[in-house]
Amino acid sequence: MANQGVNRGRRRFLVAATTVVGGAGVAAVATPFLASLQPSARAQAAGAPVEFDVSEVEPGQRVSIEWRGQPVWIVRRTDEMLEGLSKVTDRLRDPDSENEAQQPEYAQNEHRSIKPEVLVVIGICTHLGCSPSFRPEIGDPDMGSDWQGGWLCGCHGSRFDMAGRVYRNMPAVDNLEIPPHHYITDDLLLVGEDEDGGTV
Amino acid sequence: MAGNPAEKWQGGLLGWIDARFPLSQMWNEHLAQYYTPKNFNFWYFFGSLALLVLVIQIVSGIFLTMFYKPDAELAFASVEYIMRDVEWGWLIRYMHSTGASMFFVVVYLHMFRALLYGSYKKPRELIWIFGVLIYLVLMAEAFAGYLLPWGQMSYWGAQVIVNLFQTIPYIGPDLVTWIRGDFLLSDATLTRFFALHVIALPLVLILLVAAHIIALHEVGSNNPDGVEIKKNKDENGIPKDGIPFHPYYTVKDIVGVGVFLMVFAVIMFFFPMGGGLFLKPDNMIPADPLVTPELIPPVWYFTSMYSVLRSVPDPFLGVVAMGAAVMMLFFIPWLDRNPVLSMRYRSFAAKFNLAAFVVAFVVLGWLGLQQATTMVSEMSFRWSIVYFAFFFLLWFLSKERSAVFSLVAFAVVVGIYTMYDISRFDPSDASMILWSWLIPTAHLFVCMVVPVFARGLGRDRAVPERVTS
Repeated sequence: MANQGVNRGRRRFLVAATTVVGGAGVAAVATPFLASLQPSARAQAAGAPVEFDVSEVEPGQRVSIEWRGQPVWIVRRTDEMLEGLSKVTDRLRDPDSENEAQQPEYAQNEHRSIKPEVLVVIGICTHLGCSPSFRPEIGDPDMGSDWQGGWLCGCHGSRFDMAGRVYRNMPAVDNLEIPPHHYITDDLLLVGEDEDGGTV
Repeated sequence: MAGNPAEKWQGGLLGWIDARFPLSQMWNEHLAQYYTPKNFNFWYFFGSLALLVLVIQIVSGIFLTMFYKPDAELAFASVEYIMRDVEWGWLIRYMHSTGASMFFVVVYLHMFRALLYGSYKKPRELIWIFGVLIYLVLMAEAFAGYLLPWGQMSYWGAQVIVNLFQTIPYIGPDLVTWIRGDFLLSDATLTRFFALHVIALPLVLILLVAAHIIALHEVGSNNPDGVEIKKNKDENGIPKDGIPFHPYYTVKDIVGVGVFLMVFAVIMFFFPMGGGLFLKPDNMIPADPLVTPELIPPVWYFTSMYSVLRSVPDPFLGVVAMGAAVMMLFFIPWLDRNPVLSMRYRSFAAKFNLAAFVVAFVVLGWLGLQQATTMVSEMSFRWSIVYFAFFFLLWFLSKERSAVFSLVAFAVVVGIYTMYDISRFDPSDASMILWSWLIPTAHLFVCMVVPVFARGLGRDRAVPERVTS
């Protein structure tokens, strides 16, 4: 080995410096590749807000619209359904909607909506993303005699009440998400944007 | 080297090649003079069969790629086109879908063989590690491929699995968006899964298979007796219990190939759906992001892991448990420190432990296909304990344990999940919690407590010097 006369300190410095520069190069090259996997400009643009006229929805009916490729449900709840909300409170995991990530501030109330009767909610189970089925009938034989209407997720059995609040001891631990929304006129709803323009 | 080129010409074409590429040398090292134990049995077919299925998948996959369109608008129709209009397209596609399931059948049996004969033990730890890596890549490959037909099951299956990452604290939601490349599962997701399925993962798979075989040929095969044949060599340095791989095992493997292809053909021609296990009727409906199918079970080869996931109420811990169920495999060579390789000479307790593991794997697999009722969740939880207890017992049974240690360890392990049962105790489920508690407890009892009172059942037998048949 031709190790005589080697300046070990310099060699170590050069090896370290080359490694650092090379590592920085690898990181720099990896950046565009990893970033390319982010949603593209087109995908981001497709997330634009959606208008909907809520006067189309009959009492007790649920209408499903699409926003950012997800189902958003608009439900006009009957008085009976609204009364049911307070009957199930002690069986819910988060009856007062204390998890702020699941709804905007203006929907943090018992009915989880701006207008008490009109619920606007993303129809995706907070467990693993299935779309729960609508079970509006009070005392539905499948769901038990004390059922006050709501949703059942077919995938893993999570149950939600008529305000999208999850029951206790379910696979899902969060209430259904309320999207940002507001009313442009009395009946014209805009899903995807707050009154002050916020979109999250 | 180039001393006398004329000399090299004397070997004819082969000699000419050998002077430039070690062809004869490789042939001899890996086939004609690669000595393998003479006592291989049925379980030794599955390594070569796995290689065969890999070739089937690559060839059928190349042809499918010629007709398939990786585009959310076109994908479903292009699969229909392959099935209906492309000459023999249905055969090629069914070959690929049957191959996917058969790959897992063969690999699971191959892995069971390793557990049965201790083929993961020194000096074969790296073969096992490469093997588990192959299994991981295979799962990713199968998962990516399952999305491509863009049917309802493709879509919602991928939705559920991708959303597993959502449960990771803090980074979860952003990570999921990054994986999907969109705010929902969409064309962006399909195209990247396509790239992974046809290029990235197959390349990794082939490299790992090469590493697996190179590592195997470095140390030589284990055998059903777990005897090291290299310890008994004749005067020429050839293992007395060894026979050259070629022609002996090449010919034997061809028999296995023949039988396997018969089974393969029967499935491909008569039961390509595998009774809903290989292909699901719901996947004949185009993907619809607004309608979820009633029940979304994963394909059968994932259902055991899926049951482990569902057995834990907390979503993130469920994902951790599922990950652990696979990752534990990596540690097997270091958990099991027992010097006896083959189950033939292991104690009754060790045999029982392996049997319990196989039963747990199958039962969990079945449970993963069912709708999540209370009973299914409870059973998933209990059999998940059996699944994980297997790994603990591999370590526990590494040597004969004292009576005190056995009883204390048993009490501690049973105590852990009993404490959890007490914390979740609900009078309405009392009888179910009580009797299902017996399942993992019986497993641990037989492997830990019974040998204390019947020493013979916990004792390994003497391993012979030479292979037995």
